[in-house]
Amino acid sequence: MSDAVLVTTKVNGDVVEYACPTDEVLLDSLRDRVGLTGVKEGCGTGDCGACSVTIDGQLVCACLVLGVEADGREIGTVEGMAEEGELHPLQQKFIEHAALQCGICTPGFLVAAKALLDKNPKPSENEIRYALAGNLCRCTGYDKIIRAVQDAAKDMRKSRKR
Amino acid sequence: MAHDNSYTGQKFEVVGNRFLRPDGVDKVTGRARYGADANAPGQLVGLVLRSPHAHAIIKKIDTSRAEKMPGVKAVITSEDLPDLTGGDAGMAQTLENCMARGRAMYDGHAVAAVAAVDRQTAKKALQAIKVTYKKLPHVTDVDEAMKPNAPVLHPWLFTAGVDPKPEKPSNVISRTQMGHGDPEAGFAEADVIVEKSYKTEQTHQGYIEPHACLASVTPDGQAELWVTTQGPFTYRSVCATLLGLDIAKLKVTSSEIGGGFGGKTHVWVEPLALALSRKANRPVKLVMTRDEVFRATGPTASTSIDVKIGAKKNGTITGATLELRYQGGAFVGMPWAQLACMTGFACYDIKNQRSVGWDVVVNRPKVAAYRAPSAPMAAYAVESTLDMVAEEIGMDPVNLRLKNVAKEGAQAPYGPIYGPIGIEAALKAVKKHPHMKAKLKKGQGRGVACGFWFNIGGQTCVDLNIGTDGTVNLAVGTVDVGGARASMGMIAAEELGISYDDIKVVVADTASLGHNDTTEGSRGTFSSGMATIFAARDAINVLKERAAKMLDVPVEDIAWEKGEAKAVGKRYSNLPKLSLKEIARKSPNTGGPIAGHNEVVADGAGMGFAAHIVDVEVDEETGLSKILRYTVVQDAGKAIHPDYVEGQMQGAAVQGIGWALNEEYVYGKDGRLENPGFLDYRIPVASDLPFIDTKILEIPNPNHPYGIRGVGETSIVPPLGAIGNAIANATGVRMTHAPMSPVRVLDALDEAAGMDQKVSAG
Amino acid sequence: MQVSLNGALRAGANGAESIEIEAATIRELLTKLVERYPDMQDHMDRGIAVAIDGVIYRDDWTQKIPAGAEVFLMPRIEGG
Repeated sequence: MSDAVLVTTKVNGDVVEYACPTDEVLLDSLRDRVGLTGVKEGCGTGDCGACSVTIDGQLVCACLVLGVEADGREIGTVEGMAEEGELHPLQQKFIEHAALQCGICTPGFLVAAKALLDKNPKPSENEIRYALAGNLCRCTGYDKIIRAVQDAAKDMRKSRKR
Repeated sequence: MAHDNSYTGQKFEVVGNRFLRPDGVDKVTGRARYGADANAPGQLVGLVLRSPHAHAIIKKIDTSRAEKMPGVKAVITSEDLPDLTGGDAGMAQTLENCMARGRAMYDGHAVAAVAAVDRQTAKKALQAIKVTYKKLPHVTDVDEAMKPNAPVLHPWLFTAGVDPKPEKPSNVISRTQMGHGDPEAGFAEADVIVEKSYKTEQTHQGYIEPHACLASVTPDGQAELWVTTQGPFTYRSVCATLLGLDIAKLKVTSSEIGGGFGGKTHVWVEPLALALSRKANRPVKLVMTRDEVFRATGPTASTSIDVKIGAKKNGTITGATLELRYQGGAFVGMPWAQLACMTGFACYDIKNQRSVGWDVVVNRPKVAAYRAPSAPMAAYAVESTLDMVAEEIGMDPVNLRLKNVAKEGAQAPYGPIYGPIGIEAALKAVKKHPHMKAKLKKGQGRGVACGFWFNIGGQTCVDLNIGTDGTVNLAVGTVDVGGARASMGMIAAEELGISYDDIKVVVADTASLGHNDTTEGSRGTFSSGMATIFAARDAINVLKERAAKMLDVPVEDIAWEKGEAKAVGKRYSNLPKLSLKEIARKSPNTGGPIAGHNEVVADGAGMGFAAHIVDVEVDEETGLSKILRYTVVQDAGKAIHPDYVEGQMQGAAVQGIGWALNEEYVYGKDGRLENPGFLDYRIPVASDLPFIDTKILEIPNPNHPYGIRGVGETSIVPPLGAIGNAIANATGVRMTHAPMSPVRVLDALDEAAGMDQKVSAG
Repeated sequence: MQVSLNGALRAGANGAESIEIEAATIRELLTKLVERYPDMQDHMDRGIAVAIDGVIYRDDWTQKIPAGAEVFLMPRIEGG
């Protein structure tokens, strides 16, 4: 690590520091230096969405961002979705709808679906399908994933009204 | 103790419900650990150098510069993997596929590997390895490879199954023929005969998790391998053989698996990781890139197929033949065309039929099983041709299929007679389905197709241990690829008569449980389900013995009902029932731990059949086919957990849709793979698809206590034919080359239009 | 009893479509088969399954073969 740079960032609300080479992608920094292996590598080229995270609320593929770019920003990963021991409604609905089989794509789908629902609490089926088109799943045929997101969105709207 | 595996028609309390999977929370919170998620103290990063040539002699590998680089701890070539296969030809081919031995056989073939302190150093070391190649002529197309002037891949390969035996080597591994009756006599009786040739391109299983492992070999000959695999016991025996390790001293732990579909039934980089670890004397983590996954692992065969079907005007098929040419990559592996011979006509009762298979080698990666291996391509050809026959005789295509459908007692293409099977019921369900009556607009079409896959059983072993609080650990040895832990827990709960929540199911490592065959062939729920039933019954016998001791009655007088032991008989009317929990609590004083075990060869797997309906809209300007509606009907025997059965049906159908419309390996003239990434090898995404409707049929398998049939694979078989039929229905044009991608559909539409013009001009 | 051979196995038995073998179990059947047709060993190494009245046995060689059963030898298959 001859060219390492010190990075100070916030991950899932906690301040984190790590040193990484300037050519290292955020995916590797999060997995290997911060220990967040819920961020998955499926392709390394931004085609599969398994490494979906948010940077300052913006959905990105962590394999297309450099580790040093996290400096001074806020990163959100699947590990930060459950709050105070309670699963996020999306997480709960993914389990209830059997929206995962192998589960390798699940963290990316959850982060991407949360990013969608944060912006659009009442997406149509098509809006969900297009918002999640950057996330590949090879097991489910997407059927139960779409249903889980629809159901979670419905529950989240209800709890907001309350 | 032998157990009776006959179907009993038992009524279920737990089975058939939709419980939450035990690994769900870990998987939605990022805690689940997959192949690349484990680390060991002092671990190194392993990387593999791969051939850029389709076929080349490796004249020299100079590793000296790489070896001297600071931070590089080991560099290996084939010299570090001496041939210990002892004359086992299949194992020798596996070894050579893992690392080239003097000759690179395909673009992506491993040539050398390094282990270094970090990724940057390992990458630099790969670049410092100098390989001198001498390029050889190559061939990547199955039809080209069979021609007499094709470059021959293996000088020792003489075609088996042809008479007289060939005097010259060729790329044809073998010719296989099967069938029954006299097809030529059948054709003579036919009113119409349709002949057509098809091609299907090579596809990849496309699991999202690349192959990954963490290997650790110590100087005293002990080793551990953490790995994403469908078969930890198979990986153990193969790796032990290739590395010269004792089987018991190599502990393989299967990580959570991020998809396999057959591609993780074979070893690829795992022996290299072990060899690197042995040489460096440190743990080595080796994770493939997506590019490596495409270039060097698991694709299915590309094929070229001729079909001929003859029928009477009333729809009776009088004769049928199939000629199947399958390339299996650069090595002799499974006989893929032979498998296709066994499946092509399996849905139909055809008195006069013959299937001839040609297995061929080409300069492509070694083919691996992909979900119902070999069956989808043959079904594409057969199901497409059947629709053409239906059109010729003016019969509804579903009725034509029903007229010839295979029933109990019919002879299968591979020889034996069928027991009770579900394809007639599936076709009848298709006929009645509201989907068949839905209106279609201009440019839209509907297609139906059938599919078959065997399903297998195999060696299986489970342990069931009851804790003193009455909760239960169930250790299975079949890897959970899609929710099986939930199903196994439900089966154990059903048998013991306790709550599903009181059971924790784990997938055991190879040091903790007896051998289990790989999770393949749709065997997981069938075979581990069977072993779980028997292990639970074994534990119940122990529980009864303990209850007898606690109640001071003979064990013969104890019955087990709904999770409780009860002394049967009037004289015992004052004795309490003892729950599993009560017996477990007292177990330290009644004889120690309570457990049930089962080791079984789960033979008698039921045949899996499915019929699919699809509506497609073809954009005649772009050639793009959009799936509008899709329905899967499949016989599951008994759906233990319906969610995960539906999941298999939906997932398999969508893999078939990808194959039908997009997915293909594209090789350049230079023999190199041009699209080794998910951008250019495009698998279906959410916006490509509608919901996939499912209808589960339950026609019990007579050879399983619960009637279970395997469900994992069958539904990848019908989509290619169904979609081809739907495109023909929409456009009037018959597609004979899969994937039926926009460019191929456009070309076919143009060609048809051109022919029409010619006809009208004439 | 009559034992039918799948086309893929016939080369090992001099091309015979079916053969007469008396055997009470799969093990006995396969043992006698290789004794009579040594070329069958190659097919055995690659894997043979036995279908008895349509039920495919890939592994359990202790399986009994009932009198009058339809017996079919075929390649042992795997899957994805």
